[in-house]
Amino acid sequence: MGYNCVVLTKQVPDTKAVTAKAMKDDGTVNRAALPAIFNPEDLHALEEALMIKDQYGGTVTVITMGPPNACNILRDAYERGADRCILVSDRRAAASDTLATSYILSCAVRKVGDFDIVLCGRQAIDGDTAQVGPQAAEKLGIPQITYLEELVSLNNNHIVVRRNVGNGWELVQSKLPVLITVIDSANVPRSPAAKRIMKYKKARAAIEVKKEIAGENNADDPEIAKQIEQKCNELKAKGLLIEHWNLDDIDADLQWCGRDGSPTKVHRIQAVVLKGEGHKQFEPSEDGVRELVHELIEEHTIG
Amino acid sequence: MIKCNRQGPVWIFAEQESGKLSDVPLELMSKGRELADKLNVKLTMILLGQGVEDLAKHLAAYGPDEVIYAEHPLLKDYQSTSYAKVLCNLIEKYEPQIVLYGATAIGRDLAPRVASQMRAGLTADCTDLQIGDHEEKDGTVHKKLMYQIRPAFGGNIIATIINYDRWPQMATVREGVMPMPEPIGSNNCKIITEKVHLSPEDLALKILEKHRQEKKVNLKAARIIVSGGAGVGSRENFKLIWELANSLGAAVGASRAAVDLGFCDKDHQVGQTGTTVRPALYIAIGISGAVQHRAGMQESAKIVAINNDPEAPIFQIAHYGIVGDLNDVVPKMIKAVRERV
Ligand SMILES: Cc1cc2nc3c(=O)[nH]c(=O)nc-3n(C[C@H](O)[C@H](O)[C@H](O)COP(=O)(O)OP(=O)(O)OC[C@H]3O[C@@H](n4cnc5c(N)ncnc54)[C@H](O)[C@@H]3O)c2cc1C
Ligand SMILES: Cc1cc2nc3c(=O)[nH]c(=O)nc-3n(C[C@H](O)[C@H](O)[C@H](O)COP(=O)(O)OP(=O)(O)OC[C@H]3O[C@@H](n4cnc5c(N)ncnc54)[C@H](O)[C@@H]3O)c2cc1C
Repeated sequence: MGYNCVVLTKQVPDTKAVTAKAMKDDGTVNRAALPAIFNPEDLHALEEALMIKDQYGGTVTVITMGPPNACNILRDAYERGADRCILVSDRRAAASDTLATSYILSCAVRKVGDFDIVLCGRQAIDGDTAQVGPQAAEKLGIPQITYLEELVSLNNNHIVVRRNVGNGWELVQSKLPVLITVIDSANVPRSPAAKRIMKYKKARAAIEVKKEIAGENNADDPEIAKQIEQKCNELKAKGLLIEHWNLDDIDADLQWCGRDGSPTKVHRIQAVVLKGEGHKQFEPSEDGVRELVHELIEEHTIG
Repeated sequence: MIKCNRQGPVWIFAEQESGKLSDVPLELMSKGRELADKLNVKLTMILLGQGVEDLAKHLAAYGPDEVIYAEHPLLKDYQSTSYAKVLCNLIEKYEPQIVLYGATAIGRDLAPRVASQMRAGLTADCTDLQIGDHEEKDGTVHKKLMYQIRPAFGGNIIATIINYDRWPQMATVREGVMPMPEPIGSNNCKIITEKVHLSPEDLALKILEKHRQEKKVNLKAARIIVSGGAGVGSRENFKLIWELANSLGAAVGASRAAVDLGFCDKDHQVGQTGTTVRPALYIAIGISGAVQHRAGMQESAKIVAINNDPEAPIFQIAHYGIVGDLNDVVPKMIKAVRERV
């Protein structure tokens, strides 16, 4: 028995950390000053999968699509208890909108195969669309349950979930396989276990090994290439080699990937610059406050 | 995807639950009209459900050119698979150039499913829509596209998104950012009914229980809102906010920090994850003015900020400001309002 869960996770810039320090003088955001983190709701999706595994058995596979340094969140996922982590990284996937992203992720999930439950966060804090989950469900041809707040029961290949729809909640039942998006009130993500940290902090994808060993040198140099291969084999033997799939590995049709596969295009981006047109200042004294109230009455803002 | 049909109408998905319309489709009426007029095409509302004929007539009073409704017992409760199937069939039949949805719990569940099935683009959570041209790098110009304007990156940037080749152009629009219209009464609106073919297999889920509660607080309808933040300090002290609101006949709002600290119930939260408001007057007390808070109130006609930190970002969008301790200023303000100087 047991259930095979696949969790889709995204590495994101910590947009909450946009404080005065992360702003440039012209009022735009200095992205480089923002730390890259595990998308917050994806930690809850991972926790939900780990809870399913704890209770019913099965496996937890974590997939992320992003640049090689997205391996940081995969190491984090291993440390928290994931069984298998996969990096989907390919230059041809750059500039994917949610439609292309969900297509690529659905190809990766298909390649993992034999899945019962696909879990996503509801929304990523950078793109902020909450579209990838439902779109991936459609691409996989399976039902979706958005906004999971509580997994109520799981048996005989049926799942019952309480979903929070903002102005209320509902209990819904679905057959497996199903895709579920998870909100942050669903659970409290566990911390990484000390023993697992010791082990998995050494996990690397081959592309990271290459960068670490070759550095500025030519990775094709036979001597360096040999070192890289040796290191990868070592990691693999210990179960510490993070799998890296490109678009060919997952049989993705390139016409639906990257910029070409993305119907939405950015026409223009503006930084939110506070207007700072200046406001009328009143003294915090009795008279100052009276003046303010008087002005609001005069202009008929208050009656 | 459908071909780029320049004669295609502008559609608004008229979300309803148990015969009750959601606010956003109505809020979208005047914007939808503006887009349709600029494109010289029809404005159509699309209504799905069971027993919604009366609702279709009700919608007609808001002045669209057409209401298309589709009824079926299996459309009684919203479900992504059944609703997406019916909507995709209608899109293929009528080839609208634009389809708009509310960025509600239902809209954000349905629209991406439809977009994926149609292989069309979808822009999330727009706060404005415009018609304009787009020039590609190679010089190709696409005329009269829908500019889909949305905050992203945690509200720190505003992106204008377009979709010139894989139509319809679709967007979800945030609740409360466009004004609610009054019905304009009888007009020449055509009401069309569409046949639906659905079988039980089209329903992927079984809805076992459903609970809806009306929000106790109606911030969107309030003309004046007095909001308190973390600076208020305690639930006890939040009485100051209630008192000032009472004296002004205003509703009480709160920042998320104030809600998280337990000063005030979640129903009062203003901002990106709370309610978006645009009252005649918004008084922000002990609120720093984080981008997620501003996203929910910066369209207010007049903003008053009371804060003891002159550098607080809220002052940058305020029209009137008082730098001072709220424990001192708010009682003075209550007094001044009561005396109606
Ligand atoms: C300013 C800006 C605005 C944008 N606006 C739009 C838009 O309106 N429409 C549009 O189609 N695209 C848009 N995009 C592109 C979009 O952000 C990317 O396609 C992004 O890869 C996925 O969207 P998201 O961040 O909104 O994810 P969401 O849909 O919010 O993510 C939901 C969940 O899907 C999973 N997930 C998402 N991305 C990944 C990933 N890379 N790897 C693994 N799991 C993942 C996670 O579980 C996540 O919690 C925009 C991009 C920018 C920079
Ligand atoms: C995904 C996401 C969604 C969010 N959604 C929302 C949302 O919907 N709404 C929202 O509000 N926030 C939201 N937030 C949180 C937001 O980022 C801020 O943390 C929050 O708005 C801060 O609330 P605040 O201004 O009350 O608290 P603070 O930032 O702590 O500000 C308190 C202010 O009170 C002032 N003050 C303190 N004591 C006094 C005194 N005695 N007299 C006068 N002034 C005083 C201080 O100078 C300070 O400016 C969201 C965050 C994230 C990441």
